[in-house]
Amino acid sequence: MSTIEVKNLHFSYVEGDEILKGLNFVIDSRSTAIIGQNGAGKTTFVKLLKGLLKPTEGEILLNGKGIKDMTVAAIAKHVGMVFQNPNDQIFKNQVLDEVMFGPLQIGMDKETAKIKALEALEIVGLAEEKHTNPYDLGLSRRKLAAIASILAMDTEVIIFDEPTIAQDYAGKERIKDIIRKLRNDGKTVITIIHDMNFVADVFERAIVFAQGHAILDDSTKMVFLQKEILEKSYLEQPDVMKLCYELGFKEGFLNVEEFIQGKMNKR
Amino acid sequence: MARIVIEHLKYKYPGTNKLALDDISFTIEPGEFIGIIGRNESGKSSLCQAIAGLIPNFYKGAYGGKIFIDDMEVKKVGVEELCETVGIVFQNPFNQVTGSKLTVYEEISFGLENMGIPREEMIKHIDDAMELLDISKYRDRYPFDLSGGQMQRMAIASIIAMKPEVILLDEPTSQLDPQGREEVFQAVQKLSKQGITIIMVEHNMEKIAAYSDRIVLLEDGKLIDIDTPQKIFSRDDLDEYGVEAPVYTQICRELGLKDRSSGYYPITLEEAKRILSGDRKGEM
Repeated sequence: MSTIEVKNLHFSYVEGDEILKGLNFVIDSRSTAIIGQNGAGKTTFVKLLKGLLKPTEGEILLNGKGIKDMTVAAIAKHVGMVFQNPNDQIFKNQVLDEVMFGPLQIGMDKETAKIKALEALEIVGLAEEKHTNPYDLGLSRRKLAAIASILAMDTEVIIFDEPTIAQDYAGKERIKDIIRKLRNDGKTVITIIHDMNFVADVFERAIVFAQGHAILDDSTKMVFLQKEILEKSYLEQPDVMKLCYELGFKEGFLNVEEFIQGKMNKR
Repeated sequence: MARIVIEHLKYKYPGTNKLALDDISFTIEPGEFIGIIGRNESGKSSLCQAIAGLIPNFYKGAYGGKIFIDDMEVKKVGVEELCETVGIVFQNPFNQVTGSKLTVYEEISFGLENMGIPREEMIKHIDDAMELLDISKYRDRYPFDLSGGQMQRMAIASIIAMKPEVILLDEPTSQLDPQGREEVFQAVQKLSKQGITIIMVEHNMEKIAAYSDRIVLLEDGKLIDIDTPQKIFSRDDLDEYGVEAPVYTQICRELGLKDRSSGYYPITLEEAKRILSGDRKGEM
């Protein structure tokens, strides 16, 4: 189990225009969703976690060690990130080569890399497509190939940037299973996401970013009960939670199952 | 105001043996807001590309049947002519950015320049579209420096600026924050009320249920159903098509609560609230 400590983290692309204005929190074993308006600094934050950007002030500690002294390559052995747009990530002309690329770059031998890659393709449901050109896959399956590429690296920390883009019901269910499995295997899972129903279903903790600050940080349920703060941050409650609010329930239910269960218990 | 008639449409991508669109027929009235749902690779994007004429004129492949937009047969007119009537917003906004323009403002002007719209009129169209999508503040930014959500708004604005009579949107809000998504739905609904026909592919069932006049359900390239959201989401066999009903419908179905007047399950927050408040009689 790895820990990530974020201490007084500041960042700006242009001097005088701070994107992150002093973040302080510790990422623990709970699967964590970072939510917030477009432009709230979510992607910037995860780029800092990957060492792709350097903080202007403050620091990030990975297992107690400051990442600013580590190279991007060294960080990549610990922290994997699935890009928002798979086209930014994928460049090989065969799915299997693409998925083996990351493992090979972080020093796995070819045989292990192949085993890990095939396992990862199995998990995302693309085992049959291993010889396909990733660009012949539709956007939803290309995104799954991008996820497999990171899973194969077997890093302690896995970051997903908008994992549900272009996914239908089955795709979302598959990604939910992947996230739950990673979490149960002791991996640290962090996601940036706009799909509140998905967060309600899978994530244990939610952090709300707004104007460069983490303005809410609690269990998913507690965060989603804060209707007004969410709306001020250009977010909204998950759909089932909206219904609970409209019906004047004191308790909020995160999804259909909880709602039905709660209703049955009251009968 | 354009009426769309699709007659026995069949299509196969080059180098494949399977029909991506398999004998689809239906009619869309001017100003309708049509939602297209179905599992991935059921033909949703292909159907959009066909209505926009990119199938078959750009993608080639084997094509059968006909699509008419008023009296224009899509296959027979060039994409360059059709794009004055039909606009399409791609699934991945990155694929839509021209790459030949240095600012958001110029990017949105691209379509208008190519249509030869007079300067004064162009400026007005661009300003209106930027305002509708709330991106005026990014007007001087470089298109590829935008975030995913900002780029998605720009892509929609650049189509709206061309003032087409039909707008096709392929998952236009996937990268937007929840309020941004709601704003785009409202902006698009406003256009639909002005008589512009809207055809939207979307996986967010709560939104598509709340905004569509009718929903097209596709499976394996075939048209399974086209009907009002209430009727579509009250079907018992949705899971066979890889589709989930809105959470409001799921809850009311579990509890056996139908709308007495229509005989269908509720599909929106408001409908579910109405039925559940009647049902619960102060229980919870």
